[in-house]
Amino acid sequence: MTATVADAPAAAASNAPIPPKKFGPAIALGVIALLSLVIFGLGTASGASTTFVIARPTDFFKIPSFTLPSQLAAILLSVVGLALAGWTAYRANQRRKVGLWVPVVYGMAIMGALLTWAGAGRDATSIQLTGLLTSSLFLAVPLVFGALAGTLCERSGIINIAIEGQLLAGAFLAALVASMVGNPYVGLIAAPIAGALVGLVLAIFATKYWVNQIVVGVVLNMLVLGLTSFFFSTVMTENGDLNQPLGMPKLAIPLLSKIPVLGPVLFNQNLLVYILYVVVAVLQIMLFRSRWGLRVRAVGEHPKAADTVGIQVNRTRVRNTVLGGAIAGLGGAFFTVASGLAFGKEMTAGKGYIALAAMILGRWSPRGALAAALLFGFADALRAQLGAIGSPIPSQFLAMFPYIATIFAVAGLVGHARPPASEGIPYKK
Amino acid sequence: MSAETQTTAGEPEQQAPEPSRSRQVLREIAESSSMVVFMAIVASMIIGGVLIILADEAVQESAAYFFSRPGDTFAAIGDALGAAYSAMFNGAVLNLQAESFAAMIKPFTQTLTMATPLIFAGLGLGIGFRAGLFNIGAQGQILMGATFGAYIGFAFSLPWGLHLLLAVLGCALGGALWGFIPGVLKARTGAHEVIVTIMLNYVALYLVAWLLSLEAFQREGSDNPISPLVAETAQYPQILGVQFNLHLGFLLALACAWGVWWLMERSTLGFRLRAVGANPSAARTAGMSIGAATIITMVIAGALAGLAGSAPVLGTQKYLTDAVAGSIGFDAITVALLGRSRPLGIVLAAILFGGLQASGPSLQVNAGLPVDIVVVIQALIVLFIAAPPLVRWMFRLPSPAHEKEVAA
Repeated sequence: MTATVADAPAAAASNAPIPPKKFGPAIALGVIALLSLVIFGLGTASGASTTFVIARPTDFFKIPSFTLPSQLAAILLSVVGLALAGWTAYRANQRRKVGLWVPVVYGMAIMGALLTWAGAGRDATSIQLTGLLTSSLFLAVPLVFGALAGTLCERSGIINIAIEGQLLAGAFLAALVASMVGNPYVGLIAAPIAGALVGLVLAIFATKYWVNQIVVGVVLNMLVLGLTSFFFSTVMTENGDLNQPLGMPKLAIPLLSKIPVLGPVLFNQNLLVYILYVVVAVLQIMLFRSRWGLRVRAVGEHPKAADTVGIQVNRTRVRNTVLGGAIAGLGGAFFTVASGLAFGKEMTAGKGYIALAAMILGRWSPRGALAAALLFGFADALRAQLGAIGSPIPSQFLAMFPYIATIFAVAGLVGHARPPASEGIPYKK
Repeated sequence: MSAETQTTAGEPEQQAPEPSRSRQVLREIAESSSMVVFMAIVASMIIGGVLIILADEAVQESAAYFFSRPGDTFAAIGDALGAAYSAMFNGAVLNLQAESFAAMIKPFTQTLTMATPLIFAGLGLGIGFRAGLFNIGAQGQILMGATFGAYIGFAFSLPWGLHLLLAVLGCALGGALWGFIPGVLKARTGAHEVIVTIMLNYVALYLVAWLLSLEAFQREGSDNPISPLVAETAQYPQILGVQFNLHLGFLLALACAWGVWWLMERSTLGFRLRAVGANPSAARTAGMSIGAATIITMVIAGALAGLAGSAPVLGTQKYLTDAVAGSIGFDAITVALLGRSRPLGIVLAAILFGGLQASGPSLQVNAGLPVDIVVVIQALIVLFIAAPPLVRWMFRLPSPAHEKEVAA
């Protein structure tokens, strides 16, 4: 959520010779930090303390858990947030960007204040930091894959609302094929095929028949939902062998998984998570550092110019949409084989739409998508943890967080989200 | 199946000699190439049939020895399809096995009941499409409308008539509020309405879930998140007597359809909204405010979607849960697309999809098929309708002189 100065098209639209000063992000950060100060800082009973547990019994290095005076810690963390808001305002006054570290540190400070407040005065329970981070990453997996799929499609100019359907199709086929073969890893091969098929239908309707891409996306979501539910209720229910809960074991990477905190969080996960690291890194480099990426972005921004220099616009779009579908389908495997669950009706439960939100908040880049998805995963994991220790915040408000954050992002209140210029517009020669 | 394809082969000739018509509405129907619409429905039914055959146990068993006795397989296919389509007809149009006349026509009144929220929400979405706005947020708007309406319905005791009126207005207000947010964000900041409305759907869902955890919304003596029953004074009266579920909301929906037609075709405001939808730059040059048009469109669309929320809370279910909107919001998108965003088309499309949904229980009981097949058919219909060249290619229909732009 870095605050960038208005991009060229936005500046051109306002006809101003100098880009206007944008204080929106600074104000938003300041208001949230102030709220944090009042609610988490002053709202905590003085004298209460919060215990944070970092190490887990199985860890190689034992880090002792620590206890902080709740009120002081929450106030200090909120003040850090306020200071960062002030820094953002100062930079905005000079029409300069702030680095990526600002929102990251800011987010950590506010989240820390929230956790301190939630854990205050609960001597029986403590905040399990490592567990929280591990489940954040795990819950973020389908969101990252989905957001990457969206990024690939939209960078080439195709709006992919069908991420939800691609995830669901992937989850379904992964469970079906893995159950038939009896090996969860075969499910990881099947899942992308299902997603790619959904992507192919989207691509054909968008490039060959010029149908509104949002229409196709919404309808494809319905279609996949109907198809998977239908086969679930008929074939899978009649024959339970076709839908077994198969799990993938966690693979601890030697040495790396022994690093305190980060080790168990990052390097003691199952294969799908490691694939995720590779896919994010490869796509980030390919999209922004390779000839292929340049062409894809050209097609998404200015298809006519791309066509003039000999790039096949529609072919690029079809390929990207199919590839994106495959990636989302792979993410769908998270719900079944990677979580050790059997397929269930509507089991993606709107995760595809959160992935869409992560794509927007991540500004159509793989790196950003990863960061935004982790943030949403964290919100989800936090909801579970606060539910466990009995938090005063209703869990529904934490569940709303990703959606509200996205609305703020697209409304330009926090940063400025600009989609590829030609997305959603069919290219007609 | 083969019989269906044969009848369709003869129909292009019937379409050809159609003269140009004078009436606008009729021309719209003709130009939406009713042939394509009809063929899309046929194609979807055929694909639905293929799925039914694939999933049928008797067919699977007999297919195992297909080459020794193919007749068994075909008989099983015939049985499966016959059971499915007759269950659909019995569940949605006329129950031919029924003893009394009332029981016989009950399925059709059920179809109209199911169509009621789809008409409301479809009208709202249709206005949005014609004004160039893609509103995916009907789901959230329905939920908020239902919440407002239900609260007025169960929290107050008011006299007959007035109570219902206020509850209905509450529904419209709730939806309008949830439509206003994306409208004003789009007008002021340019935030894309598709994204904002999708996100607001979920915000509404969790908001209602939270409200239902509060004492003010909790039904006494229940641990489940459901609200008390709406007072009888605030319920829609059943227009055909108590043995039918069809309620006054259906007539209100028809009235709204007429109102929307008048608004879009006869009023200055409607002209402005359509102009903005057709060509924003030209509209701006002509002195129309794009922002105002956006906000007004979203508020009207939201109010209509909110009224769709009145159908369950004041008409059929009569209490609030967080699942009260079902999938009406997304079904309504397909209704608006199938109806080409025109009021008459939307009413007809809503009755078609209402019928498909009404046939769900009958499919389950009489043919042993899950309701999900209905969702598949519905999605296929819209997918085909969105791509007329595909349907023409599938059925070898001639292409028209000029292609009309599909929705939005």
